[in-house]
Amino acid sequence: MSDLLQVRDLHVTFVTPDRTVHAVNGVSFDLKRGETLGILGESGSGKSVTLRSILRLHPEHRTRWSGSIRLEGDEVLDMAPRALGDLRGGRVAMIFQEPATAFDPVFTIGQQITETIRKHTGKSETEAWKRARELLELVRIPSPAQRLKAYPHEMSGGMRQRAMIALALSCNPSLLLADEPTTALDATVQIQVLLLIRELQREFDLGVIFVTHDIGVAVEVSDRIGVMYAGKIVELAPVEQMVDAPQHPYSRGLLASTVHDGMRGQRLEAIPGAPPDLAEIPTACSFAPRCRFVQSPCLAAPPDLRVRSDGHLVRCVLAAA
Amino acid sequence: MDSALPIADRGGPAQPLLLAKDLRKHFPVGGGLLGRGRKVVRAVDDLTISVAKGETLGVVGESGCGKSTVARLLIRLLRPDRGTLVLDGDPVDEPHGITVNELRRQVQMVFQDSYASLNPRLTIGETLAFAPKAHGLPAAEARARTRDLLAQVGLDPESYAERYPHELSGGQRQRVNIARALALRPRLVILDEAVSALDKSVEAQVLNMLVDLKSELGLTYVFISHDLNVVQYLSDRVLVMYLGKIVELGPVEAIYGNPLHPYTRALLSARPSMDPRKRTHEAPIQGDPPNPIDPPSGCRFRTRCPFAEDVCAAGEPLLTETPAQSVACHMRRPGSGHSKAAAA
Repeated sequence: MSDLLQVRDLHVTFVTPDRTVHAVNGVSFDLKRGETLGILGESGSGKSVTLRSILRLHPEHRTRWSGSIRLEGDEVLDMAPRALGDLRGGRVAMIFQEPATAFDPVFTIGQQITETIRKHTGKSETEAWKRARELLELVRIPSPAQRLKAYPHEMSGGMRQRAMIALALSCNPSLLLADEPTTALDATVQIQVLLLIRELQREFDLGVIFVTHDIGVAVEVSDRIGVMYAGKIVELAPVEQMVDAPQHPYSRGLLASTVHDGMRGQRLEAIPGAPPDLAEIPTACSFAPRCRFVQSPCLAAPPDLRVRSDGHLVRCVLAAA
Repeated sequence: MDSALPIADRGGPAQPLLLAKDLRKHFPVGGGLLGRGRKVVRAVDDLTISVAKGETLGVVGESGCGKSTVARLLIRLLRPDRGTLVLDGDPVDEPHGITVNELRRQVQMVFQDSYASLNPRLTIGETLAFAPKAHGLPAAEARARTRDLLAQVGLDPESYAERYPHELSGGQRQRVNIARALALRPRLVILDEAVSALDKSVEAQVLNMLVDLKSELGLTYVFISHDLNVVQYLSDRVLVMYLGKIVELGPVEAIYGNPLHPYTRALLSARPSMDPRKRTHEAPIQGDPPNPIDPPSGCRFRTRCPFAEDVCAAGEPLLTETPAQSVACHMRRPGSGHSKAAAA
């Protein structure tokens, strides 16, 4: 199966008169159709910046890019504005953490979905409304015809997120980008939305990149998980390998410090310290100041991504081949 | 009042540290001219809670269930519509009881938003010394107290006392908020989503610290969170809320090991599994929690409950004692008329 998306050595730097932030420092990965890649990281790790780069959503005049993002062979970083417009919401769709702010409050859900359908497919008004109604049925919103006439504030959080998924799927994208789509939802609603995304992904053979800070959520939806730290993927592996045998000290620390069943009374293995400031390009392993296993090579140069025999990728000098 | 000294226990270990009886708080919303047709959010409805000395009481529930309103009622940031608060035998804000100020000396609170909780124009040292000074501690002693507090929460006093909140990371700011809550040597600390905004690796540091402080200082916690795993980790007893009502209350082992209320069961099985081989295949319940304006009649959970029958719409289920826990469900009350209930 050929790759849907190829990201190679992506660097993203934000430059303002007073500050420079090296948000993404050399990220590479591939994604196939029908595959879900979970990107796991803490705030400031560069996971959302990586995701938004795929649609080039960052402000053009303040962002410096290098590397390559190829979607079905087309280079996103070289795309003209018109081609980008076709890409966004057409071939690539995105869903966000807060559907209440992602929708425009002064238009109904139906107006917003039909606008997208008409722009990308040139369908007539009537056809677009018919399609919008089918989409709401698809994401299992009850009484879809009435819901199309509702404004975003008239819906509950879970319904709004379903409506946003309907909007995202309206033009048959091949790639769905999900930026913490269930973080703002209640627990009993979160699981419903996760199951819906998983089901739609299978039904439409979508490639999905799912960004989250929640390991449990990443495990629930992903085929592979990439762990990001300080703008780099430090480990990338199939979900079973990542859960059973994380290799990078940061991934191990993250798993060990996540509270789950049966940890009552035990002391948590917290990672000391805090993530680094990204004002400088890292000249050593970014995790070294917090790492228990730090050695002199860690401080000499940023470690390369090593490929283990089972395909597991680890950016650590300690990782065995 | 000498705020330098911790407050001695009064009623003995069996007397609840804080007892809240029949607390009710309704918020009016909208409404037409002269308040006609006004609706109310029934945020907390006739809730009775007792917090035992030295325990951690976890409070869980989804958004809109009233858990934060409970926190604010317990420290009197909100005045209840009805109900009483009793702190170690002393009624609060009543003729023969203690004042609200005294309550707030003994009960302190830590909020979710670490940045909004700190005055941006005061240094960390000034923030921490503020309450002790206000309660009459001389400036020099307040400064010494500040240094102790910073050391207690794992921040170097030399380098942090002179800094401003914006110079700190989220985890460091939340440590400062915990230190601020401890400045008056309280007996009860209410933690309202206090670790929810922190990254996991930092959350673990703060949770370890909360466990240490509790045993060092003999504190009692009310720990409010939407994160069931963290509540399980920290709590001795757990209270589950749904739309302003207690649905289940009991020791942590009973609530997590043998939940009796259908809502508690749904909440627990909605947790992601952490095991890719045991993924969830079906959501335990459908739909969102209803709007707390106009909650369903009878049992408020009945609109999402797979076992709902006519009796659930007719009458509100009372909190019923079972051997291990208390639960508000018609199925668990003998003679309630529900087909799954035992005979009376």
